[in-house]
Amino acid sequence: MAINTAGTSALSTDEGVRRRDWIHIAALSTAGVGGASLLFPLISQMAPSEDVLAASSTDVDVGAIQPGQSIKTTFRKQPLFVKRLTPEEIAAAKKDDAADMRDPATLASRTKEGHEDILITMGVCTHLGCVPLGAAEGENKGEFGGYFCPCHGSHYDVAGRIRKGPAPLNLKVPEYSFSSDTVVRVG
Amino acid sequence: MSFAWAKQYEPQSAFTKWLDEKLPFPRLVYNAVGAGYPVPRNLNYMWNFGVLAGFCLMLQIVTGVVLAMHYAANQAVAFGTVEHIMRNVNYGWMLRYAHANGASFFFIVIYLHIFRGFFYSSYKAPREMIWLLGVVIFLLMMATAFMGYVLPWGQMSFWGAQVITGLFTAIPLVGEPLQVWLLGGFAPDNAALNRFFSLHFLLPFVIAGVVILHIWALHIPGSSNPTGVEVKQESDTVPFHPYYTAKDGFGLGVFMILFTTMVFFLPNALGHPDNYIEANPLSTPALIVPEWYFYPFYAILRAFTGDLTIPFTGIVLIPAKLLGVIAMFGSILVWFILPWLDKSPVRSGHYRPLFRKFFWFGLIPTMAALFYLGGAHAEEPYIMLSQIFTAYYFMHFLVILPIISQIEVPKPLPFSITEAVLGKDKAVEAPRAGTVDGTDAGTATDGSLQPAE
Repeated sequence: MAINTAGTSALSTDEGVRRRDWIHIAALSTAGVGGASLLFPLISQMAPSEDVLAASSTDVDVGAIQPGQSIKTTFRKQPLFVKRLTPEEIAAAKKDDAADMRDPATLASRTKEGHEDILITMGVCTHLGCVPLGAAEGENKGEFGGYFCPCHGSHYDVAGRIRKGPAPLNLKVPEYSFSSDTVVRVG
Repeated sequence: MSFAWAKQYEPQSAFTKWLDEKLPFPRLVYNAVGAGYPVPRNLNYMWNFGVLAGFCLMLQIVTGVVLAMHYAANQAVAFGTVEHIMRNVNYGWMLRYAHANGASFFFIVIYLHIFRGFFYSSYKAPREMIWLLGVVIFLLMMATAFMGYVLPWGQMSFWGAQVITGLFTAIPLVGEPLQVWLLGGFAPDNAALNRFFSLHFLLPFVIAGVVILHIWALHIPGSSNPTGVEVKQESDTVPFHPYYTAKDGFGLGVFMILFTTMVFFLPNALGHPDNYIEANPLSTPALIVPEWYFYPFYAILRAFTGDLTIPFTGIVLIPAKLLGVIAMFGSILVWFILPWLDKSPVRSGHYRPLFRKFFWFGLIPTMAALFYLGGAHAEEPYIMLSQIFTAYYFMHFLVILPIISQIEVPKPLPFSITEAVLGKDKAVEAPRAGTVDGTDAGTATDGSLQPAE
């Protein structure tokens, strides 16, 4: 590289590299990195805001739920199903534990130890997010006696496991813990 | 840009002369949709729908901007402000019904425009770019229409938003975070409503921009025509104005009669009653369906009920949900490669006996069936029928069209548009340069007759 000369010799060398190329690269890189870094806040602003994230735990009193009964509540503004299974439903769910399923899971893995009659799932179909039927009295429970999504015909069994239809996964079991024998903290 | 024999704009008054030097806008209009744009003389009424689509876009922008003056994109009040528009705002009912039915009519016009393209192979060289831009416009229209339908915040709005953004959860790994990011929450709520309003306002102007590119690309080769034979000489064309301004004006009149009939007498016939119930995140309507114009694609989405597995191993390659989403997007994206799937050198369906049969007895009934099935309940026999017609839909584009273009013997093409119209062409008496055996007469254009800038 020519160092000690200005003017014409600085503009080009045998390899076609010019000192001015450095200015071009530096200027374009600065503008490019600067411009690209602007994308981050523009993309990030669309993510859930702090207040949406803050509303992320819900207390549910399960003491009043009778066997065979379900309640619908909300968790993160989405429906949450809390169901107390009857002994027959528990037996049926356990009998199917080894059945051929799309998303294999046992009843025990979907409930808490000592509370296997309390099934807590999101009321959000894993296909495209409709609210399945079956949590309220008289609703269609589908071919497997659990939940049925009317939008695209997904059938869930008593343990909320996908058995038939387009949904890929079982109804999601959110993080939760029993803060007393009858109160559940979800989230 | 036009053919060599296109009339030139000549400003008459002192003012137009002055303006032509400073900003030749009248010249641009004259060359684009005036007497300076020569158009094939044989265009039939199927060529009206481009202008009608442009009219629909303007109608939607005007009514939409006015509605936005009275609407508030907040989940607490959105539903109420729509009722406010209907009951309190002067002529609000008319503007809202015009906007809602305007969307439906926009899609009717666009579907006819697209199927004109399918039948007359408008996508073939040298017009591939017009077609590709058209598919982009259609995709933008679908996004705009979907987001607009969310704004009234009724039950169908809410659950439509839930289901359509739920499509993205089918994408492996990034799907669920992507849906949360799109919605700005875990379910559709204020954040989603606000951004949908912002984008619904923006996208029509993006569409207008792509429409300008679409028309620009059109003016380079000029319009196609029902024979598919390229323009060869001046007698093949007439000036756009007054011939096609008049023809398009007549078409616009017919369109307006049908449109106003819907707006004033059947304003809710194309909507869903459930959307007059305010959004309730805890209760899904018994039947969630999109607006009618998305039915065929919704039917394709719902047709996939089983996973794609490696036989006898139970290993799932692609889950059913992802298959449905891929197929739904693929059903439109396949249009992007259509110019390269249909290799037949003959454009017009009129001269393609085999293609014509598959068009009228294959593609059209399939689309009609998918339209019906998309609005039906997700139960048998509709699921199986959706699967059959979805299979045919993809077969038509990916298998049947390429094979037809190999084996078909096209009918002889006319020498020129003039011959097709008048039955004879003086130029034919001169020695013919091209052949008329149907292989290249429609595509080979004399280089000297290519329109120039």
